[in-house]
Amino acid sequence: MSIVLLLAIGGLTGGGFYLITARSLSRIILGFGLLGHAAVLALLVSGGGPGAAPLVGNGADAIANPIPQALALTAIVISFGLTLFLLALAQRRQDFSGDDLVEDDLEDRRIATQHERNEA
Amino acid sequence: MNALIAITILAPLAASALGLLWRKNVVARDITTFAGLFAAALASFFILAGVADDGTHVVWVGDWNPEVGIVLVADLFAALVLPVALTIILVVEIFAIGQRRTSWGANPELAGPLLGVLTSGVSLAFLTGDLFTLFVAFELILVSSYVLLTHQGQRAQIRSGMTYVVMNLFSSTLFLLGLAIVYAATGTVNMALLAERVPELPDAVQLGIGGWFFVVFGTKAAVFPLFSWLPDSYPTAPTTITAVFAGLLTKIGIYAMIRFHTLTDMADLGPAMLVLAGFTMIVGAIGALAQTDVKRILSFHIISQIGYMLMGLGLFSVAGTTGAILFLVHHMPVKTVLFLIGGLIENAQGSSRLSRSGGLATAKPWLAVLFAIPALSLAGLPPFSGFVAKLAVISAGVDASSSVIVAVALIAGLLTMLSMTKIWIGVFWGAASDEAEPVPTRRGNRRLMITATSLAVAGTLTISFFAGTLFDLSERAAIELRTPGVYAAEVQR
Repeated sequence: MSIVLLLAIGGLTGGGFYLITARSLSRIILGFGLLGHAAVLALLVSGGGPGAAPLVGNGADAIANPIPQALALTAIVISFGLTLFLLALAQRRQDFSGDDLVEDDLEDRRIATQHERNEA
Repeated sequence: MNALIAITILAPLAASALGLLWRKNVVARDITTFAGLFAAALASFFILAGVADDGTHVVWVGDWNPEVGIVLVADLFAALVLPVALTIILVVEIFAIGQRRTSWGANPELAGPLLGVLTSGVSLAFLTGDLFTLFVAFELILVSSYVLLTHQGQRAQIRSGMTYVVMNLFSSTLFLLGLAIVYAATGTVNMALLAERVPELPDAVQLGIGGWFFVVFGTKAAVFPLFSWLPDSYPTAPTTITAVFAGLLTKIGIYAMIRFHTLTDMADLGPAMLVLAGFTMIVGAIGALAQTDVKRILSFHIISQIGYMLMGLGLFSVAGTTGAILFLVHHMPVKTVLFLIGGLIENAQGSSRLSRSGGLATAKPWLAVLFAIPALSLAGLPPFSGFVAKLAVISAGVDASSSVIVAVALIAGLLTMLSMTKIWIGVFWGAASDEAEPVPTRRGNRRLMITATSLAVAGTLTISFFAGTLFDLSERAAIELRTPGVYAAEVQR
């Protein structure tokens, strides 16, 4: 298992987590991009060492494990689609309020402040 | 049997594709969607009958070895939950057809076909025998739920939709990383093989995997402290969509948790699960008390009820798992019905806010009766289905002499009753509010909506009629899940 790949997974995960703690949806989208790459790399690493292309009858002794590759491919397609959906959401939010911030639960805040007003 | 299993997954998907094709033709679109959902629901009852008589049925898709291929496993647990879920979706679709013409109706061009995609994902999530297909099923459900939640594009929906999408996407990403960890540790994502290989791993690795997937499924199931996205987002969607989400989405998280954590025997996580179950029950019930909107009170109840199912699972005994399964079967229809009635209240009064409604007990007594039955059931009063389910969970807790969690469960039940009383006083008693919003002139096909709701209420009553049979089936399913090797022996050949 390559130490470089492990460091890359760690770095991508750390950066991704940092970015999705932001309020701005465009940063969160970038964060999910990084996390998605980390997950795909992790899947590839989990499949074992490198080898020839996993095709039937190509004569190679050591072929790469095809299953994590298949899983990674599915994951890439899904995260691609969802990134586009998030971008559309950010655009729509921009139309409404001129920013792309993820807000708190408004109703919850209303109930909390109502309680404070009742006490005062 | 293979064909029946295929129908539950493919018929709704095909119906949604066709429905999108002729989406401008209202009648053809509604008939197609309905036919697809009906075929799936009908097939699921035959699956239950078959599995109850002949035992687990396994489909090796493409005839691959389970180590590399996809398997669909209709064991008793899956077969028991599937008809309940698919019937609920069918009832909601009837309600939706009736509601189309009101201003609160979802956009029918999209909502019907998307409901088909969601249904297909639900069937796949229940029937799948490997973790990666479970991930794909989750994505099918979530992607359609993202669109269903935000497709009207109103400001409140976009705001809460952002929280919802970000939270669920986060748990999906964790799911993917978890799959990499599981594959690296065991060399498989097939659940039958995992049931054999995970217990052989070092204790720390086992705990790590179990804890990781507890967070993944816990986020989907809205377990404390990962629940805040739920009451924020659910009430903003149109009634029919909220009803499906409330009845099914969080329950699929719990279903996955029951399946994965009992098969791999994560009993070491039991105490932690019980603590979180207690907090989930109490925080959900107290949260419900603070709310002033029918839909938000009901949303907090979902969280509280998730705690009971988690408690059943966390006991890690046959009785506890039986209770959790029975609770799942009872909770899905009751919760959906309550949200449908919330929609009828909204339809009658123009708002689901408690301060803007009142006097419905005299104006619409049938609505009060329809509400009272599932409300008492949710609070766990005899003779309704909630009583049977709660009794099963709590007596399992007494058997395991976990007195603290039993006490917490009883207190949470009391608090649930209190917040139901709050709805009752606010909506059904008193005089009609002066602040009542004008009721729109286009009120949809009320007869169809009321018929669907009444059917569903009758359905929840039959659960308590057949409580004995359902309890036996749940117990058999729990024994299958908890006996090591039973599931694995069926799937391998």
